[in-house]
Amino acid sequence: MDNSLRSYEKELNLEATELRLGLPGSDQKRSIVRTKKRSSPEACEELECMSKGNVNSNGSDVTSDHDQDNVEPPKKARVVGWPPIRSYRKNNLQQKKGQEGEGEGAGMYVKVSMAGAPYLRKIDLKFYKSYPELLKTLENMFKCTFGEYSEREGYNGSEYAPTYEDKDGDWMLVGDVPWNMFVSSCKRLRIMKGSEAKGLGCL
Amino acid sequence: MMNYFPDEVIEHIFDYVASHRDRNVLSLVCKSWYRIERWTRQRVFIGNCYSITPERLIRRFPGLKSLTLKGKPHFADFSLVPYDWGGFVYPWIEALAKSRVGLEELRLKRMVVSDESLELLSRSFTHFKSLVLVSCEGFTTDGLAAIAANCRFLRELDLQENEVEDHKGQWLSCFPDSCTSLVSLNFACLKGEVSLGALERLVARSPNLKSLKLNRSVPLDALQRIMMRAPQLADLGIGSFDHDPESEAYIKLKNTILKCRSLTSLSGFLEVPPHCSLAAIYPICPNLTSLNLSYAAGIQGSELIKLVRHCVKLQRLWIMDCIGDEGLGVVAMTCKYLQELRVFPSAPYGNPAAVTEKGLVAISMGCPKLHSLLYFCHQMTNAALITVAKNCPNFIRFRLCILDALKPDADTMQPLDEGFGAIVQSCRQLRRLSLSGRLTDQVFLYIGMYAEQLEMLSIAFAGESDKGMLYVLNGCKKLRKLEIRDCPFGNMALLTDVGKYETMRSLWMSSCEVTVGACKSLAKKMPMLNVEIFNENEQEDCSLEDGQRVEKMYLYRTLAGKRKDAPEYVWTL
Repeated sequence: MDNSLRSYEKELNLEATELRLGLPGSDQKRSIVRTKKRSSPEACEELECMSKGNVNSNGSDVTSDHDQDNVEPPKKARVVGWPPIRSYRKNNLQQKKGQEGEGEGAGMYVKVSMAGAPYLRKIDLKFYKSYPELLKTLENMFKCTFGEYSEREGYNGSEYAPTYEDKDGDWMLVGDVPWNMFVSSCKRLRIMKGSEAKGLGCL
Repeated sequence: MMNYFPDEVIEHIFDYVASHRDRNVLSLVCKSWYRIERWTRQRVFIGNCYSITPERLIRRFPGLKSLTLKGKPHFADFSLVPYDWGGFVYPWIEALAKSRVGLEELRLKRMVVSDESLELLSRSFTHFKSLVLVSCEGFTTDGLAAIAANCRFLRELDLQENEVEDHKGQWLSCFPDSCTSLVSLNFACLKGEVSLGALERLVARSPNLKSLKLNRSVPLDALQRIMMRAPQLADLGIGSFDHDPESEAYIKLKNTILKCRSLTSLSGFLEVPPHCSLAAIYPICPNLTSLNLSYAAGIQGSELIKLVRHCVKLQRLWIMDCIGDEGLGVVAMTCKYLQELRVFPSAPYGNPAAVTEKGLVAISMGCPKLHSLLYFCHQMTNAALITVAKNCPNFIRFRLCILDALKPDADTMQPLDEGFGAIVQSCRQLRRLSLSGRLTDQVFLYIGMYAEQLEMLSIAFAGESDKGMLYVLNGCKKLRKLEIRDCPFGNMALLTDVGKYETMRSLWMSSCEVTVGACKSLAKKMPMLNVEIFNENEQEDCSLEDGQRVEKMYLYRTLAGKRKDAPEYVWTL
């Protein structure tokens, strides 16, 4: 079985495609990927940007697998458009999961916007285990820095500050509450300019 | 003999011919039949909006009352077609408005519909009655407000699985008090809130309302009041079913449901409480012929099973895989009249409690009338497919999606060629087929040999060589749509029989082995085809070299020539 699979792989010319690893948001080309251990293709995680700054999440088919054992690369990758479920249905499913806070492997995607950026991104909060991981990703994704967090000053001094909208609809500074509480109450993220966020930081 | 009948008699006879295909055939018989047919045709179906210009269509069918248009290729559903590829409805509405065609019905699928188009539509056709939008995008609730406000004789507004931006205007309140003609209203896909008072008043003044599908913002107490006002409803989509089982609202609802003896179709349950019980609807289940719980993500498998036991008359069932193989066994025992079954994955990459080949076999044993299947599962075996083929020779649509795309027979580790081969050999009326799992060229040999009625074939991660694709192109004489992704089919397969593509609506190939040069050559030989290549490379200096592999190609026959609205990354060769 392995032999025929390998020759099948050759026929597909997988050398031409590339496994790209990296945190969500780093430049990724779509590719079909096989890890050597499994006998079937896994897929690439891909974050798709929405053009025209449309607030609707349109056709985003991002999902990820949260295999707790698989902490090290190669990360499980997924194929775009597989399984063939209509984007509308997929979005609905994930929305539902997000609301229940369960995930079951489907992830907990929230939108991330940034002042002045033409389009939004989406990240999976369940992917991260702590604030530093999340903030580092956001810094990479949006090419900005937040600086040091302090309870008293927030991210005072940095050009940008990460904020989020909680279940009550209020805009909060990221970092104030315990991580798990944050994950369960965060509806969306927004990277504000330091000046915008001043009000949030000084309580 | 028919030549001696006056035109009016022939027209009258043609009135009884409704199907598009039959009408198309009639029009080819002779010049006078062509002439009579074109003046009397009221319903036109255009499977690819770029195959003809609106002006040309209107010239041929001036009596047009109902138009169905499809835009983007099917794989756009799975995010394989980049945003803004095309499929704009505005030029069609504009042309129809200018021509003063008496348009009454517009049905669109996978098209881009702007608010401007909806506004123009609402103002241009006095007798406009019916708007059905499926998997469309580009409009907001403002466009819906225009339809509600201006279409005085609106009977049907049916929005299925569209991405609609919510502008928080009160679109539903825009239906004037004089609007009493509604028969069907479906806004289940809308995310925003509607005025509940306006909704209730609208239902109260619509005595002909037969079909109503609510969105998740409509709470249970409003649902109860609406159902009280519309006991004649035949088709109901419940928005929110979230409730406290002890509440008065819920008790009221249970009583109201008992009065709805006309309900034969039920869907929705977009919001449910945890551990939701569906006991409230058991009383109406014996009347149901159609049940769609594929968006009811919160309902547990055990609850679905309890519900299904009451649905003895069911013909159509859309459900999630949390029902499990065991649940499908219950369906097989209970739903003897089942014709169409769709089982959707409750988590996109698999769910341990989901369905396997066992559930499908059970269904095939219990439901001999089954003719349409869409089945997402974890695994499949040749033996199971062979059994299914024997039990259900009446399949018209057979779409199987094994979530792990290259998985072989779960027992024997063989490819699934024999299983699918049995399906096509047994089901001689098969019109649509979707394959998955580990497949070699052999399955295509079978398809080419046996699938004589096949019109649409979807292939992914299958085959070994060009021979596979050639078997299909040579064998399936009635093939209209072929869509292929991630298969090792290349230039030889593409170019061997170029004339074939003029007999088809379209061909999609992505992540295969065809090159730019081959596509260019094809386009040159076949001027009646548009051969589109999508070049999504962000590098500006990329030029299309002949030897370069094509990532995505979409070709379709057309009378309209190269389209003028293609975005930059689409190269029409």
